[in-house]
Amino acid sequence: MIRARNLPFVATVVIFFAAYALCAAQFPNMLSWRVAGNLLTDNAFLGIAAVGMTFVILSGGIDLSVGSVIAFTSVLVAVLIRAGVHPALAFGLALVLSTGFGALMGLTIHALKMPAFVVTLAGMFLARGAAFLISTDSVPIGHPFLRTLKGLFISLPDKGKLSFLAMLMLAAFAIGVVLAHRTRFGANVYALGGSPQSAELMGVPIRRTTVQLYAFSGFMAGLAGLAYTLYTSAGYSLATVGVELDAIAAVVVGGTLLTGGSGLVLGTLFGVLIQGLIQTYIVFDGTLSSWWTKIVVGILLFSFIVLQRLILLVSERRGAARSARG
Amino acid sequence: MRDELLTARGIDKSFYGVKVLDGVDFTLHGAEIHALLGENGAGKSTLVKILTGAYRRDAGHMALVGAEVEPRSVAEAQALGIGTVYQEVNLLDNLTVAENLYLGRQPRRMGLVDHRRMRRDAAALLARYGIAADPDETLSHYSVAVRQIIAIARAVDLSGKVLFLDEPTASLDAREVQALFTVLKQLRDQGLGIVIITHFLDQVYQIADRVTVLRNGRMVGSRAIAELPRRDLVALMLGRDLAEATAHRAAGDAPLAAPDTPAAFQFTDYGKRGSIAPFDLAIRPGEVVGIAGLLGSGRTETARLMFGIDRPDSGSAMVDGLPVALTSPEAAIAQGFGMCPEERKTDGIVGDLSLRQNIVLALQARRGWACPVPRREADAIAARYIKALDIRPPDPDRPIKFLSGGNQQKAILARWLATDPRLLILDEPTRGIDIGAHAEIIALIQQLRADGMALVVISSEIEELVAYATRVIVLSDRHHIRELTGDQISAQSIVAAMALPGDLPAEGAA
Ligand SMILES: Nc1ncnc2c1ncn2[C@@H]1O[C@H](COP(=O)(O)OP(=O)(O)OP(=O)(O)O)[C@@H](O)[C@H]1O
Ligand SMILES: [Mg+2]
Repeated sequence: MIRARNLPFVATVVIFFAAYALCAAQFPNMLSWRVAGNLLTDNAFLGIAAVGMTFVILSGGIDLSVGSVIAFTSVLVAVLIRAGVHPALAFGLALVLSTGFGALMGLTIHALKMPAFVVTLAGMFLARGAAFLISTDSVPIGHPFLRTLKGLFISLPDKGKLSFLAMLMLAAFAIGVVLAHRTRFGANVYALGGSPQSAELMGVPIRRTTVQLYAFSGFMAGLAGLAYTLYTSAGYSLATVGVELDAIAAVVVGGTLLTGGSGLVLGTLFGVLIQGLIQTYIVFDGTLSSWWTKIVVGILLFSFIVLQRLILLVSERRGAARSARG
Repeated sequence: MRDELLTARGIDKSFYGVKVLDGVDFTLHGAEIHALLGENGAGKSTLVKILTGAYRRDAGHMALVGAEVEPRSVAEAQALGIGTVYQEVNLLDNLTVAENLYLGRQPRRMGLVDHRRMRRDAAALLARYGIAADPDETLSHYSVAVRQIIAIARAVDLSGKVLFLDEPTASLDAREVQALFTVLKQLRDQGLGIVIITHFLDQVYQIADRVTVLRNGRMVGSRAIAELPRRDLVALMLGRDLAEATAHRAAGDAPLAAPDTPAAFQFTDYGKRGSIAPFDLAIRPGEVVGIAGLLGSGRTETARLMFGIDRPDSGSAMVDGLPVALTSPEAAIAQGFGMCPEERKTDGIVGDLSLRQNIVLALQARRGWACPVPRREADAIAARYIKALDIRPPDPDRPIKFLSGGNQQKAILARWLATDPRLLILDEPTRGIDIGAHAEIIALIQQLRADGMALVVISSEIEELVAYATRVIVLSDRHHIRELTGDQISAQSIVAAMALPGDLPAEGAA
């Protein structure tokens, strides 16, 4: 039997496969390994960022700095590589910076008892500004190391490819799933999302968890920045504006409660894929404006919020009926 | 003399310049069940929070097995072997039962949480308390009583040395209380030191070895239970003798406000399948209808149905001889109903609003948000009920979350009284309320009745029902099985009807 708390996740998976089937019925070519492989590659950076966002939202918080941090790391890495730094070193440095930046935001949120919304909004402007400071131009890069990375792939049937980026995203989700469901840190995140007061009285280390949480989101945003740099072979400070909102949408469509405490990391993967699927459909169709993606995502988001509300109401009813004894 | 397990000396604590604890000494021995008693607002919960790392003390010392300790968080206290159930049920609704039990100390295998073992351990742990909750089910699926037991099981399990229980029995029925006490006695015999806070003095005499009493933030006495007769204990808590007048039956003697008035509220064949069997009930102004029955007998269901929280699937309701549809609480409120629910802890108070705002909330809702209750009127209402119910501290501007648990409950009661209902349904009005206030609430019920209000009072305290009810309806197995009136009302007859439903002819409401 499906438990009520997993219903949104199941709904997402069903929607994804139903939508894929509809698309394939219209464009049989869409049902190919190549399209599936590209779906993963094209959405890799968004997926990676959305893993971090899932944790933040599960904890009842939000991270608005993600898009800016992606842009910042991509510009930083591009400029460093052009200056002759080895990409591996540049990547390492970028990840350290983005993780530290996230940790700092987490610490601020905890120490000042400020809403995450406000602190990460400031972080968003800060990171974007810093990206502009480094360079306002699009910085193209080419380096043998990058070519090697992009050359790594696993062949799928009929000329399909599971690219390095796709693997990176799947790895990020795998790590996310283990972290969320198989570690104490993950349980603490859910606890925070349930009720910070109760969590504290149950001995959850609030401060440590908050810092780790935003550090993790920062790390994933940095990693998404690297993925983006590899994907476009350039760094650009104006890029990825609003990606944090796409990530939030993916998390919510993936079945996570926007108010925190309930949801599955794996759901976010399907949330990302649904967005990607719509884009692919638009490409296949050729006549539709790409803005249709936004419209469909908007409709989906709305229906999910309604669905969650309904599930909550029903389970509350049941709970009330059950606890009314005496 | 046994070893001192936990000692506190000269503990001070102030909130916003108001001294809440003043040089409190407290000593807990190993293998001892120690009752911490005092009136609402005496500082019991605050002391517990200080000793368990939830609050920091302003001054004083604390030692565990002779070594000075200073837990700075609940997690640190847990690491020292101190487990606690706070007065606010402190669990997480969104996690599963097993996760709640093992949060922060999940069994691990190769660094990862071992869910299978956690499930198994959880089931085994709960079996000791005789509840069969599914470890994988979300906690929000369970009743307040089950949650309370889970919170206790968690605290017991992680307390290696000391266990604090702040009003653990407030939402448990008699059988659950006995199951808990059996476990506590076992733990005591294993050497654990247990501190229990409760307002049920019967339970104190049943389980405690020693008693410490707080009054207005000061420790006023600490004695072995054997040296402290009940009278002296009450006097110690109140600082005066409690007039015994409240205990004797007053309702039967006092005439009804208007003896011949027709029933203003009439329920005919009213019921809901799976919840409560159809019943007939007519209530006249100036009557207190007591509802007695074991937990699970359908008491709360009766109240929920009457107040429109649940919808009936049979029967009809009439107010003043006219049929009404009580399809929602709003509809019931519009008919002059008021209801003070049992689960005040979870769905009563709005923590950040002031005491005054909490009191006028229901009145405001009844009038509609378009016409706010004028400030002068709100002040007057708040002042009246703060005085009538002796809510302490009597500061209407204080956010209600800063009031002690018992005083919050009084505020919720005040909220419904302020709507001036014609029919007031009270579900366990005296739970979590200290004995001084207890007497005041009973007096208040009698006063309201004399003023012509109709009341329906659900209570597990049979003595209390005997004191104020003009009629008692006894429930069993979701049926109204017996109605006792006038001289029939006595503790013995109620207990007899509850215990032996089959032996008595079902009369009155059936
Ligand atoms: N966080 C807080 N901020 C301000 N005042 C507080 C706070 N917590 C408690 N108080 C005040 O401290 C006093 C003692 O409260 P406490 O909760 O310890 O009482 P209690 O003995 O547990 O009472 P009860 O039996 O009603 O639970 C009360 O006057 C209360 O208003
Ligand atoms: Mg208390």
